[in-house]
Amino acid sequence: MSDSLELNLSTGHAPDLVRSALADVEDIHGERMSLQMGPQHPATHGVLRLELETDGEMVVKATPHIGYLHRCFEKIAENMTWPQIIPYVDRLDYCASMNNALGFVLGCEKLFGIEVSERVQTIRVLVAEMNRVASHLVAVGTYGLDIGAWTPFLFLFQEREHLLDLFDELSGGRLLYNYIWIGGLAHDVPDGWLPKVRDFLKYMEPKIGELNTLLSFNKIFTERTGKVAVLPADLAIQYGVTGPNLRGSGVKWDIRKAEPYSGYETYDFEIPVGTGEFGIVGDCFDRYMVRVREMEQSLLIMKQAVERLEKLERDDVQAAIPKSFSKVPVGEIYFRTETPKGELGFYIVSDGKGKPNRLKCRAPSFTALSVLSRLAPGLLIADIVALVGSIDIVLGEVDR
Amino acid sequence: MTGIDLLLSVAFAVGVIGFVSVFALVAIYLERKVSAHMQDRLGPMETGGWHGWSQTVADTLKLLLKEDIIPTAADKPLFKLAPFIVFTGSFAAWAVIPFAANLIGADINIGVFYLVAVSSLGVIGILMAGWASNNKWALYGAMRAAAQMVSYEIPIGLSLLVPILLAESLSMKELVEVQAGGFWHWTIFSHLPFALIAFVIYFWASLAETNRTPFDIPEAESELVAGYHVEYSGMRFAMFFLAEYANMFVVSAVVTALFLGGWYAPIPWLDIPVETSVVGSAAIGAFWFSSKAMLLVVVQMWLRWTLPRLRVDQLMHICWKVFMPFSFVNILLLSLWVALCQ
Repeated sequence: MSDSLELNLSTGHAPDLVRSALADVEDIHGERMSLQMGPQHPATHGVLRLELETDGEMVVKATPHIGYLHRCFEKIAENMTWPQIIPYVDRLDYCASMNNALGFVLGCEKLFGIEVSERVQTIRVLVAEMNRVASHLVAVGTYGLDIGAWTPFLFLFQEREHLLDLFDELSGGRLLYNYIWIGGLAHDVPDGWLPKVRDFLKYMEPKIGELNTLLSFNKIFTERTGKVAVLPADLAIQYGVTGPNLRGSGVKWDIRKAEPYSGYETYDFEIPVGTGEFGIVGDCFDRYMVRVREMEQSLLIMKQAVERLEKLERDDVQAAIPKSFSKVPVGEIYFRTETPKGELGFYIVSDGKGKPNRLKCRAPSFTALSVLSRLAPGLLIADIVALVGSIDIVLGEVDR
Repeated sequence: MTGIDLLLSVAFAVGVIGFVSVFALVAIYLERKVSAHMQDRLGPMETGGWHGWSQTVADTLKLLLKEDIIPTAADKPLFKLAPFIVFTGSFAAWAVIPFAANLIGADINIGVFYLVAVSSLGVIGILMAGWASNNKWALYGAMRAAAQMVSYEIPIGLSLLVPILLAESLSMKELVEVQAGGFWHWTIFSHLPFALIAFVIYFWASLAETNRTPFDIPEAESELVAGYHVEYSGMRFAMFFLAEYANMFVVSAVVTALFLGGWYAPIPWLDIPVETSVVGSAAIGAFWFSSKAMLLVVVQMWLRWTLPRLRVDQLMHICWKVFMPFSFVNILLLSLWVALCQ
C-alpha cells in the first residue's frame, strides 16, 4: 500500500466502513485496476481526464490530465490589441465572463492610470455579482446532479435563465458578453432594465430557501457530502486554493474584502465560511454550502448596487476610454480579483506598444484542481465524483 | 392439463408479452411526463400530436432499427445472451401475478417462492452483461448490482414472510383471497404494526432490487456513465430498458397482491363476484389491481426524481444494519403473536 494512502487513511478521508474493512483484511487485495475517468464522462464537468488507480471501489491514486481545452490564450493575447483581448478573457471561465473581464480590465486600467466614474463602477459590480450568482447556480445545480439529484439541477437552470435573459438585454450575449471595456463599458444599461433586476431579486430570494429544503439539507445529500474529501485549511493554503473552496475550509479570505476594487469596500456583505455542519470543516458539504450562502450575499450586493444606480445620474460610460491603445504606459502589474471560482490574477507586461508583451493568467480552477490528487486516495469512486463537483472547476479556465 | 387449459395458458402468455410491451411504453411515457412536470418542463409534446403521446413508440422503433454494436473485445455469446436473461427473469415473474380472481397465468401453490426465485435470475443476466462487455465501468456496475441485489433479497424475503405467515399459504391467489371484504381487511391494515413495517421494508428494498433511485448505484449515471449496459445499443439496450420497467411493475404488483388487497376494490360493493359475471369480474379485478400497482409505480418515479443517490457503503449499511434486524424482529414478534393469539 502506498505511503500517500496510509497518510490519508489516518487523517480520516476514507469512509469508516472501508477503512475498518481494509485494516481487517490487508491480504485480500488483488491487482489494482487503472480506470480512465473522462475526458468523456458525465461527472468531470467538461473534458477533464482522471487516471484512477483503484482497488475495488476504492481509489488509491488519482492523476488529473488536462489540456483537452487548451486554446493558447496567453500566446494569442500577445498578438491582440488591448481591447481585442477581452473576448478571449470572457472565454476563460465561460460561466462567469463578466468577472473575468472585470479582472483583466481593472488590471489594465491600473497599469494605464485610467479612472472610471462611479456609475461605471457600480454597473460593473452589479453585473459581476449577477454573474457570480449565475455561476454558482451552475455549480450547485450540477453538484446535485453529480450526487444523483436531477430535479434541483433543472430548477436552478431555470433561475439562471432569468439572469441570462437580463444579460442578453444588457449586452446582446447570453454567455459571453464583451461588455466591460478598458476605461468603461460597451454602453449604459438600457431603459427599464434596472426594474427587471429588482424583479429578479424579489423572485430569487425565496428560491434559495427552496433549494435548501429540496437538496442542501436532504439526508441522503448530507450523508453523501459530509465528512467526504476533507480539505484542511493549512493544506488548502499550501496548495494555493482560493475562493469558495478555501472558504469552505473555514478561512475567511475574500479579495473583495481584503483588497477591495471597484468600490466593494462601500458595500455591506459578509463572507460565508465552512462550519462543518454535517461533518468536518472543509468537507464537500462545506464547499457546496459556501456557494449557496454566497449567492445570498451576492443578492444583497446586487440590491445595494441597483439602489445606487437608480440615484446616480446617467453619464457617458465611455468617457474614460483612451482614444488610442497604440501608445500605452510601460510597466508591469499583477492584478487579482475575486471571481466565483476564486482568485483570478492577471500578470500583465506592457512595453508601451498596442499589444501586451506578456499576459499570464493565474486561474483559480487550475490551482483547485491541483489539490485533487492529494485528496483522492482513500475515497470511493462515488466520492471522487463528489469531490470533483465540489471544487467546481471549469475546464476552459484550467486549460486556458 | 387439458387442451383448453393449455390454450388458455398460451393465450395468457401471449397476452402478457403484449401487456408488458405496452406497459413499458406507457410507463416510459409516464416517467417522462412525471419527471417533466416535477421539473417545470413539459416533456415530449410534438410526436404524434396530442402531448407527444407516440414519443416512446417512435423511440422504440428507432432503437429497433439501430445498428447492433458489439464491442470487438466482448465475450460475444454472453454479450448477446445477457439482455434476454434479464428480460426473461422479469417476464417470467408475470406468470403468477394475480390480476383478478380468474385472471392469473399459473396459480401454483408456491407462487411467492417461484416469484422470488425467478426475479433472482435478473442478477445473473446483469453480471453476464457487465463481464461480457469487457468494459471497466460495466464491470463496476455489474459487481455493484450483484452485491446489491443479492443483499436486498434477504430483507425482501423476510418481509414477504409476514403476509405468508398470516395467510398460511404460498399461493398468490390465496394470499389475496384472505384480504377480501374492504380495505380494512387488507394485510397492511389488518395487522397494522407488523404488516406495515414489512410493507415499508419490502417497498424500499424492492427499489434496490429494481435499481431505482435512491438505490440506482449499478447504473449511476454520474459515476458509472450507465453501469452494466454502457456498451449496449439498439435493440439489446431496449431489452434492458424493457426489463427495468417490467420489474417496476412486478414489484409493485407483489406489494399490491400481498399487502394492498390485490384485485379487491377498497369497498366491497364495487367488486363483481365471479359468480355474477366471469368477464366482468376479471375486468373489474384487473382494473383495481392495475390501478393500485400503477400508483406504486408512480411513487417509484416520484422518489427517483426527488432523491439523490446513496453511496455503495451506505446502501449496504441500510440493508444489513437497518432492514435486516427490523425484519427479523418483525418476523419474530409476528410469529409469537400468531402462535399465542390465533
